[in-house]
Amino acid sequence: MITTYARAIGAALATAMRADPSVVVLGEDVSVGGPFTVTTGLAEEFGAGRVLDTPISEAAICGVAIGAAQSGLRPVLEIMYVDFLTLALDQLVNQAAKARFMSGGQLGVPMVLRTQGGAGQRGAAQHSQSLESWLCHVPGLKVVMPSRAVDAAGLLASAIADPDPVVVVENKILYPRREQLPEVVEPVPIGVAATLRPGRDVTVLAMSRMVSESLDAADQLAAEGVEVEVVDPRTLVPLDLPAVLDSVRRTHHLVVAHEAVAHGGFGAEIAATVQKAAFDDLDAPVERVGAPFQPIPLSPGLEDAYLPDAASVVAAVRRVLGR
Amino acid sequence: MDAEQTRAVLAMMWRIRAFEERVGQLKRADEVHGLIHLSIGQEGVAAAVCGQLRTADAVYSGHRAHGHALAKGASMARALAELMGRRDGLCRGMGGSMHLVDVEHGFLGATGVVGGNIPLALGSALALRAAGRDAVAVVFFGDGAVQAGLFAESVNLAALWRLPVLLVCENNGFAEFSPRSAHTPVERVRDVVAPFGLAGGTVDGNDVDAVWDAVAGLLPAVRAGEGPALLECLTHRLRGHYEGDPDRYREAVSSAEWRERDPIARLQRAATGDGRLDPDELPGFERAARDEVERAVLAARESPFPDAALAASLVYGR
Repeated sequence: MITTYARAIGAALATAMRADPSVVVLGEDVSVGGPFTVTTGLAEEFGAGRVLDTPISEAAICGVAIGAAQSGLRPVLEIMYVDFLTLALDQLVNQAAKARFMSGGQLGVPMVLRTQGGAGQRGAAQHSQSLESWLCHVPGLKVVMPSRAVDAAGLLASAIADPDPVVVVENKILYPRREQLPEVVEPVPIGVAATLRPGRDVTVLAMSRMVSESLDAADQLAAEGVEVEVVDPRTLVPLDLPAVLDSVRRTHHLVVAHEAVAHGGFGAEIAATVQKAAFDDLDAPVERVGAPFQPIPLSPGLEDAYLPDAASVVAAVRRVLGR
Repeated sequence: MDAEQTRAVLAMMWRIRAFEERVGQLKRADEVHGLIHLSIGQEGVAAAVCGQLRTADAVYSGHRAHGHALAKGASMARALAELMGRRDGLCRGMGGSMHLVDVEHGFLGATGVVGGNIPLALGSALALRAAGRDAVAVVFFGDGAVQAGLFAESVNLAALWRLPVLLVCENNGFAEFSPRSAHTPVERVRDVVAPFGLAGGTVDGNDVDAVWDAVAGLLPAVRAGEGPALLECLTHRLRGHYEGDPDRYREAVSSAEWRERDPIARLQRAATGDGRLDPDELPGFERAARDEVERAVLAARESPFPDAALAASLVYGR
């Protein structure tokens, strides 16, 4: 079945809602599909009682999802842009992430927060950010960041079934991408990486949109005789560290690639962790690919130059290999 | 309130009073840990509201939450053990005073962030309604929370979705260290929410009979799904914002004034005056409460401190 990343997510939501009446979807404009059409059709099938349009009140609707999760529902909250998640961070960080811990295990918050980030649509500095590293810093949250439709659907199914708050960070550039999917998409377990291309010379650990950029980079480098192994962690928290280390111990070189600002990005955490765990296996310091430390500009030429792409990955691979 | 209800509410107020006075002592003795906010003087609201709730009703509260937790049914010994950071505390010593939770009795929790729990009560109400139950959610908050954006968002949403939620504002006139007038030109919380058409009103929160009657008047409609209500209870906290607060921002209340305002003394006067209670039975309420507190102190002291492995095991459910 040919589908898109956006449609695969919508289908996964519908599948979960058919299977479990406690699953509800809420967010701004979700009944009409929102700006990216992900939730289109859900209101028609499941009604306004389970597909709830909300006011533009990110903090309150996040709190509503938390409270609903604590009292028996399995809410899937959509925050339209990850940039707006800032408005809901008290709720997510102080209420959702800590509820189980602070209550001594009495409370669980089985909610999913879907949001999307990434630049490339001339959205400028407040509609284009990649803020996942903030979320990864908070104990109690799980963070998944699918790069493919099959993972977006499969991880969402696992996230809905999970007992903890899971943030699914989608990517607006990926929504329309077409992909061949099996008729029945199996859940993708949270915390399991996927090796999308084997290679023996260097590991590129790439996230979200940077996965396809890294696969393009691998094609280019293959022409030069460099074999790149592309690994998608799929889940950032909890990170599948064994899979990363397994790859690094074979290739002895690691490049971490994400679209987020490199400064303080999740790549820094991965680099530090891998260098500690596999220092003797590395032939070179871990290289990072990320955006420069500045807000995202509107002007097309500037935005294009700002965004890491396949060429950035190629350059990083050359640096790590000393070529 | 009839005689039995009065006895139950008075007993609960004394339990809260005795608990909090002892907590204040234990805080100064460094046996209770963390930031401690006492509600002495405000017990009537907790007792009169929670006294009319069922276990299935969900209650949320803020940082001044001891009274709400006890009134919803939490064990005094386990609440005290929690404040002392012990393993047998309600939250196994992980949360403390500002994060009390007792799921078994429907106390879904206090929060240390002012106003932070108000939308959670809405979510809980949404879930209770979706389950087809006639349970309600209740959230207690102070007048300081009313100036938070979350309050405005939540009132709008509760009204828009006609959620079965009762918002209870304990308006003690002070937001942390500042009088209400320093934070807002709107004196009454009731006026803040006026355009939303919530049921409810403003009562003297230290007149326990008045709080009881107001809740009795509001609760059936909230339970029946006729929409949310907001009850503003004008009250007074005798203590500072937190234990250790020098409290220089308020004029001290004279003992005569306090006897006039004290919700326990007022209820005792009213209930003996109209014959609901016999003056001879009054001392028993205080004595029983103070005895229970001492038993709770002994039990909590027996409880070990939690270990790091327990803490590490509580971050995720899977």
